[in-house]
Amino acid sequence: MAKLTVDGTEVEVPNGASVLQACEAAGVEIPRFCYHERLSVAGNCRMCLVEVEKAPKPVASCAYPVADGMVVKTDTAVVRQARRGVMEFLLINHPLDCPICDQGGECDLQDQAYSYGMDHSRFAENKRAVKDKYLGPLVKTFMTRCIHCTRCIRFSSEVAGVAEMGATSRGENMEVGTYIEKALTTELSGNLIDICPVGALLNKPYSFTARPWELRKTDSVDVHDALGSNIRVDARGSEVLRILPRTNEDVNEEWLGDKSRFSHDGLKRRRLDKPWVRQDGKLRPASWPEAFGAIAAKLKDLPGERIGAVAGDLCDAESMVALKDLMASLGSQNLDCRQDGAALEGGRRDFYTFNTTVAGIEDADAILLVGSNPRREAPVLNARIRKRLNQGGCPVAYVGQPADLTYAARHLGDGVAAMEDAAEVLRGAKRPMVIVGQGALRRPDGAAVLAAAWALAASVGALTPEWHGFNVLHTAAARVGALDLGFLPGPGGKALPAMLGGGVDLLWLLGADEFDTAAIGADTFVVYQGHHGDRGAARADVILPGAAYTEKGGTYVNTEGRVQRGYVSVQPPGEAREDWAILRAFSAVLGKPLPYDSIQDVRDRLAAVNPVFKTLQDLPHRGCTDQAGPSGDPAGVGREPLQPAVPNYYQTNAINRASATMAECTRTYAAPVLQAAE
Amino acid sequence: MAFLDRTARSFLLGELISGMSLTLKYFFRQKATINYPYEKGPISPRFKGEHALRRYPNGEERCIACKLCEAVCPALAITIEAEPRDDGSRRTTRYDIDMTKCIYCGLCEESCPVDAIVEGPNFEFAVETREELLYNKERLLSNGDRWESELSKRLELDAPYR
Repeated sequence: MAKLTVDGTEVEVPNGASVLQACEAAGVEIPRFCYHERLSVAGNCRMCLVEVEKAPKPVASCAYPVADGMVVKTDTAVVRQARRGVMEFLLINHPLDCPICDQGGECDLQDQAYSYGMDHSRFAENKRAVKDKYLGPLVKTFMTRCIHCTRCIRFSSEVAGVAEMGATSRGENMEVGTYIEKALTTELSGNLIDICPVGALLNKPYSFTARPWELRKTDSVDVHDALGSNIRVDARGSEVLRILPRTNEDVNEEWLGDKSRFSHDGLKRRRLDKPWVRQDGKLRPASWPEAFGAIAAKLKDLPGERIGAVAGDLCDAESMVALKDLMASLGSQNLDCRQDGAALEGGRRDFYTFNTTVAGIEDADAILLVGSNPRREAPVLNARIRKRLNQGGCPVAYVGQPADLTYAARHLGDGVAAMEDAAEVLRGAKRPMVIVGQGALRRPDGAAVLAAAWALAASVGALTPEWHGFNVLHTAAARVGALDLGFLPGPGGKALPAMLGGGVDLLWLLGADEFDTAAIGADTFVVYQGHHGDRGAARADVILPGAAYTEKGGTYVNTEGRVQRGYVSVQPPGEAREDWAILRAFSAVLGKPLPYDSIQDVRDRLAAVNPVFKTLQDLPHRGCTDQAGPSGDPAGVGREPLQPAVPNYYQTNAINRASATMAECTRTYAAPVLQAAE
Repeated sequence: MAFLDRTARSFLLGELISGMSLTLKYFFRQKATINYPYEKGPISPRFKGEHALRRYPNGEERCIACKLCEAVCPALAITIEAEPRDDGSRRTTRYDIDMTKCIYCGLCEESCPVDAIVEGPNFEFAVETREELLYNKERLLSNGDRWESELSKRLELDAPYR
């Protein structure tokens, strides 16, 4: 530890810390452009100059290591003069177009020019102009505004792992861009918009639509992948205008995948805003009592075992517990949340969660991916694996289709049998991790693969009381919550495949769109409760319009088993209502009212069903004391190659299938890949 | 003595004469009233009347949808929506002023970086229904076109004091 004085206050920081970090520890704000906590130090903007006693001239604090007994001054005439000078230089070529710049109001340069700059410039010559670059359908550029901090270059090469951005020429002629004109091939490109301190890289779909001061900001949780990234939903009136990440060191740091950030325009299209009832083969708009009446009439005299319910991938825990209770009151045990047929069983929680935790990846020293492509399934988690790799001493191997994971990973083979070779990768490691993806569990032999992966983890010493190295990476945000609630076939109940093809007479789909709805029996009466007119709604006999994740206060459990809660940002459109309230209202129509009247009562019920719902964000350190594996037989593993769980990152659920931005991304990124595969 | 004085004055109609002389004096003075609406009083270049959206001489609308006027408006009378125009420039798709809310403070005009929204010299825009006072972009632009010569003259006259 080094002890130093910053503006008269003594602070103690670790050796090797920079002066800037020491100043932050002392509570002194240092202006900066190029410095970013999660990127390497560049030291090229010179905005963080401070005075250090005995140094002949001001030093760049971000790149200057601390020393014991150092005396730092951040508010002297010399420092103020230096900052004014740097700011004047930065503004020489920066256009004064704040009124038409989308960054206006949340711009680092604007704020710091206001706080630390001069009131005028002595530069009377012409400013330079730079041609805008094309970076794909998500990031809009205005390169004249670029101040060459190189944050975007460092982000794309260090965090995103695609060395596609760079600078050409130098001095005034320096230009940042992709050397060859192409769309950035990263799922994290939206983060470039956040880290750009000026208005050079901007949000393309959000262009010119709003100003930051007009927006209503609501904390929420992302549902587009199972990571449960913490997000902030910015809305104006009844419209969600953009989604930004919220810092949570344990989950998403401060990054967010493109699908999560840009698919909110799907919330405005193909929405179900009123109940529909099928009459003479055609859906017609109806009122709530009519829709409820139609279902109640069908339910009359129907025995419990002829009723089934399926929970979709975007459901909140509140609506799932309400549906489960409703089914219980109807005497039905036919519940399922595994639309993709993944061989997951309830019961012991570490058989279906990401036990190492996302932050725990940084402690791992060998990683094996089985049937998982985290780049497509959870790009932010993939960035965390990459971060661990960059620190060195952590080999990564994977079993599955060859894929570019943005880091050097050894491909062991595309069948599950190749897992045998993994032992040598993991053997010497003290804290090995095995990550099982949904691609491995969706197969007919999924239970065997799960058991084999567990057996492998046990044999390489990944399951100890101090370290739990067995992980299941989910693709559906609702899945872990559903498994925690036991949204699975009860004793004698039918799973989804048995419910299809006439296995039940009434099928209640709670936002379930991800299975082949054509396989539902022709005489099955289908109730679709959800927010988008997708596959499920097209087959439905009664449609109950529900709320999307931005429109309801929902509890979600991410792949780690972390319970998180989002808040209401906008109201559901038209006659749509919160899902648990719809189920509560319908139970009253049946004369068997569910025992809760407020969202708080539902949450109390959640905690009663499973105590994990009692506390939010709290994830105790897990070790493994019981090495007994899942029920599958590891010997039953088949020989077929593993298939990816997410063929197209940009379109995986009803919301992003309705999004024009995601359709554009699919045209740009996914289509050529599909062609190549054919 | 006082009695005699008072009596003499009342019989000689002194008050009447002084009153009539004052009347006569004002009769020949210049009139303070004007024959409105055929005549109008002078107006300062800083007069804050009806709003207008101006254009550049080449016909391009000035407003760039920066939304500063919307943000500064203390009466929340301005509503703006924007999106990229076909040529990629930032323009409003909606610019509404609720004239029934407006308090004619002139802050919109002060905040405008391109002198697009201005309060003109026109104060005669009384209408019969409330709805007619909800101005949209089309109406504001047509105001600008109609008053442009006066608006630019007013800005020119006021420029030395800014």
